[in-house]
Amino acid sequence: MPSLFNKEEVERIRSEVERWEREVVPQWLKKIPERMEEFTTLSGIPVKRVYTPADLGDYDYWEKLGLPGLYPFTRGIHATMYRARIWTMRMFSGYGGPEETNERLKFLIRHGETGLSLAFDYPTLIGVDPDDPLAEGEVGIVGVSVPTLLDMEIIFDGINMGEVTTNMTINPPAPVLLSFYVATAEKQGVPYNRIGGTTQNDPLKEFIAQKSYVFPPEPAVKVAMDLIEWSVRNLPKWNPISISGYHIREAGATAVQELAFTIADGIEYVRQLIARGLDVDEFAPRLSFFWDSHINFFEEIAKFRAARRMWAKIMKEWFGAKKRRSMWMRFHTQTAGVSLTAQEPFNNIVRTAIEALAAVLGGTQSLHTNSFDEPFRVPSAFAAKIALRTQQIIAYETGVADTVDPCAGSYFVEWLTDEIEERAWRYIDRIERMGGMLEAVKKGFPQREITEASYTFQREVDESKRFIVGVNIFRSEDIDEVRNVPLLEFDQEEIERRQKERVKKVRSMRNKQRWERALDNLRKAAERGENIMPYVLEAAKAYATLGEIMGALKEVYGVYVEPPIY
Amino acid sequence: MYMSSPQSTSVEALLAPRKRPYKVLVAKLGIDGHDRGAKVVARALKDAGFEVVYTGIRQTPRQVALAAVQEDVDVIGVSILSGAHMHHVKKLMEELRKLHADDIPVVVGGTIPIPDVEPLKKMGVKYVFLPGTSLKEIVEKTRELAEEKRRLEGED
Repeated sequence: MPSLFNKEEVERIRSEVERWEREVVPQWLKKIPERMEEFTTLSGIPVKRVYTPADLGDYDYWEKLGLPGLYPFTRGIHATMYRARIWTMRMFSGYGGPEETNERLKFLIRHGETGLSLAFDYPTLIGVDPDDPLAEGEVGIVGVSVPTLLDMEIIFDGINMGEVTTNMTINPPAPVLLSFYVATAEKQGVPYNRIGGTTQNDPLKEFIAQKSYVFPPEPAVKVAMDLIEWSVRNLPKWNPISISGYHIREAGATAVQELAFTIADGIEYVRQLIARGLDVDEFAPRLSFFWDSHINFFEEIAKFRAARRMWAKIMKEWFGAKKRRSMWMRFHTQTAGVSLTAQEPFNNIVRTAIEALAAVLGGTQSLHTNSFDEPFRVPSAFAAKIALRTQQIIAYETGVADTVDPCAGSYFVEWLTDEIEERAWRYIDRIERMGGMLEAVKKGFPQREITEASYTFQREVDESKRFIVGVNIFRSEDIDEVRNVPLLEFDQEEIERRQKERVKKVRSMRNKQRWERALDNLRKAAERGENIMPYVLEAAKAYATLGEIMGALKEVYGVYVEPPIY
Repeated sequence: MYMSSPQSTSVEALLAPRKRPYKVLVAKLGIDGHDRGAKVVARALKDAGFEVVYTGIRQTPRQVALAAVQEDVDVIGVSILSGAHMHHVKKLMEELRKLHADDIPVVVGGTIPIPDVEPLKKMGVKYVFLPGTSLKEIVEKTRELAEEKRRLEGED
């Protein structure tokens, strides 16, 4: 193997570093001791005083890095990256009813956002209608309420669905929301081959972290695979899944756990799809990923780079993918909601900017930047605009987008990239030995690992081993700043009333025969184990509601109840 | 090498009635899935010697009130990050009153905007733990509330 560094020279550097540690460093320590006894990343990886070629040792440039657009894609999936096209600025948006959300989407498009991303309210996320008892008090709060095709039509009123791509953060009801989307696009006259976007549709991380599960693990995975299979054969521009580390991280996982569990989820899905008889190169180019970008700057950059290299290797060596696109880890990134503080909330603008920068240096394909007011509520238009502007400043003022993968070759970043990768492989090995991620999830393994990590982190914050400005260091008792944050105001009760009325109206106006037949056919298809997508699409077009479609599926698949682990 | 001696226990301590540990219900009210905070707090209370019952996610006010009564808890800790806290907490207080269990103190944590803190207290919530509250503070205040409840019941 050709090594990047001359062997003798590496040895000389190694002995020089040792001498420096022995002779030079102690003199400095005597004058001023270091700030901490041990420095670690947010994931607890020890960070040394300095990194040199000696830390990379026998480094094979071509095996580890290569060139942008070429295997193993560590440096980026495209040869020209942001020199050709800036990442998609895709702000996760939605609140209230479809009217409020339509207005917010248009506001963001006017200010230069380049992709859409819909945030749904909790009733929609767990597949119940606004007039379900479970929905009481929750309609329209954390996202938009979309119980029927009519709501989707209103959201996209005046927005050309053939010109824009839309992410939908939706999981168990993903087939329903995708059907609403496709049916709305059809009404706009957009052909299937121009409908672009993403359904999150990642069931395993629901049990691991996000907890908006509905069906038990096995049928949940089956439904998600139905969507993928249907999508790759009907919607060539759609990303049918966004394999998500974001929620895993936000639930308290370390960067290494986020990376390992998410890739393990991905491996499970690839196996499931191959087991259905799909060719790996038929679906793999449409798989997409979703990462968190946390506050420990270099760790995040290293994580993104390691992720690309690992996925390329898995697709090529484990699954025999032939197409280059099958080996691409294309991903969306969101800055870390969990890093935001309710104290001195304007500081969150700074945190988000740093996290966004890490995502860009890590080579993301699309990016959501959090708004500073999100510890309290969904963002106001004012706060969302600042978050969008943060991306625009990074893209057009700083120059960081002008060359590809500028952190490559930093001894620290390359060492950390290798280290994170190695630690992630160890987790993946353990999960493989359990029989893969579906089995590991059923055993509660990733759930327990995350619970441990989040508790460790919180204790470290309490014991001031980790600092959060304004929370456990430089704390001010002045809360006027918080009181003065102009939060988004809307009449939730009024929206809930309006959404209940609309869903009732839809139920009364639709063609009853077509609706009944569609739901009946769906139920039977699910019982037969067929791909449910065509039947869900027909039910959606017949104006069956979200709650009705999910209700029919629940009858067949059952409902998951989690054993409480803490 | 040395052998550790078994802990010496006084006769008085052995004869004294054993005090029941304080018992807390940690509840996820509403339908959001953000259970990180609830679990971390449950764990911290357990480590501090409390007996903890965790409901799991997606509990209705009625279910939480019933669980509190059935489990005979000293404190109810509610975690909500869906923004629906005003609605659900109001309902929970009503359900507790219906069950004549409104003597059980309720604390709330989660993403609560400051303007909502006073209205929640007016509903009867003892403490609202905003994001950034330390585990130590949560444990201490929970203990105070539990002690007070036991005192009123004449147990301490």
